Amino acid sequence: MEAFRLLVFVVAASMTGWGSLARDSGFTFGVAVTSTATVWGLPGQVAAAELYAVGAPLLAIALASSMANLRFFPMSLSLLPLFRGDPASWRWRYVFVAMMSVNTWAVTLRNGPSLPIDQRGAYFTGLSVTCIAAGMIGTAAGYHLAGTLPFFVTVSLIFLNPIYFVFLFAGVRARNGVLALIIGAVLGPITHWLSPEWGLPFCGVIAGTMAFYLDRGMRGDDA
Amino acid sequence: MPEPHVLAMWGLLAVVSLATYVWRATGVVIAARIKPDGRLSQWFTCVAYGMLAGLISRIMLMPVGILAHTLLVDRLVALGCGFALFMLFRRAMPPGVVGAVGAFMVLAALRGYGIL
Repeated sequence: MEAFRLLVFVVAASMTGWGSLARDSGFTFGVAVTSTATVWGLPGQVAAAELYAVGAPLLAIALASSMANLRFFPMSLSLLPLFRGDPASWRWRYVFVAMMSVNTWAVTLRNGPSLPIDQRGAYFTGLSVTCIAAGMIGTAAGYHLAGTLPFFVTVSLIFLNPIYFVFLFAGVRARNGVLALIIGAVLGPITHWLSPEWGLPFCGVIAGTMAFYLDRGMRGDDA
Repeated sequence: MPEPHVLAMWGLLAVVSLATYVWRATGVVIAARIKPDGRLSQWFTCVAYGMLAGLISRIMLMPVGILAHTLLVDRLVALGCGFALFMLFRRAMPPGVVGAVGAFMVLAALRGYGIL
């Protein structure tokens, strides 16, 4: 329960940073708050706001923000098997993936398998709706607070999000997941330096494939 | 009637929302066609972890935007403080997160006021 309170706080605080940025970029209040619910992926929202602020063409903005949120593709693929066996949940699969964030994905991936299959959909929905609501409140607060907070507070709110993910993933137990996280962490900055646009998908595929086969190889040795 | 540039902004939001949703929906289409506990599904989980780890490590080491105005050493010291507390409290997440962000905020404040 304590972990959930922390999660809701982190989501709201991170989106406070987004609210300020959205205002500085010229977005209206309504667009800023709605984007948190409809895009629901901070890197894509940030890319859209920054490009909008410099007057980039629509197609360029759409492409850049879409690429920044590419991670949702493998995430949605790995989350859905949890709901596969329950027809009542499976029917909602296109809605579930719209509500998915890194937080709700990671938490559901960790806690979902131990829940009875007919409760997973409700668990995920409750968690996601709470996070989206917290995110919208955070965005609204950030939009109004823009420019009033001292730099060290704003920058710490932005820092909170990656730090939270670091410790969220420090709790991953599956060996192939741990390997993928370590290899990805080493590879990420290198592939980004080689290609800022395509670095991240390459990093994911290389790190994921290496981890997958390393884990299988180790399992072979154990047997 | 709202002003034209406000309408255009809502249009932009619709396009950007769809452009993100496409990835989520593609995942659904493919997930329905592969074995839930099969090797392919496990591989995709590994790819997702690899991508997220790469993203986070890139943000920590080579940030863009507002975080780029902070020092690498501050970010790493903060992360170190967080990990020390994380281990001290038997791998509990809240002390790790609070410790890291707290340390970072103190460092950023000290630098902001010219003390450090």
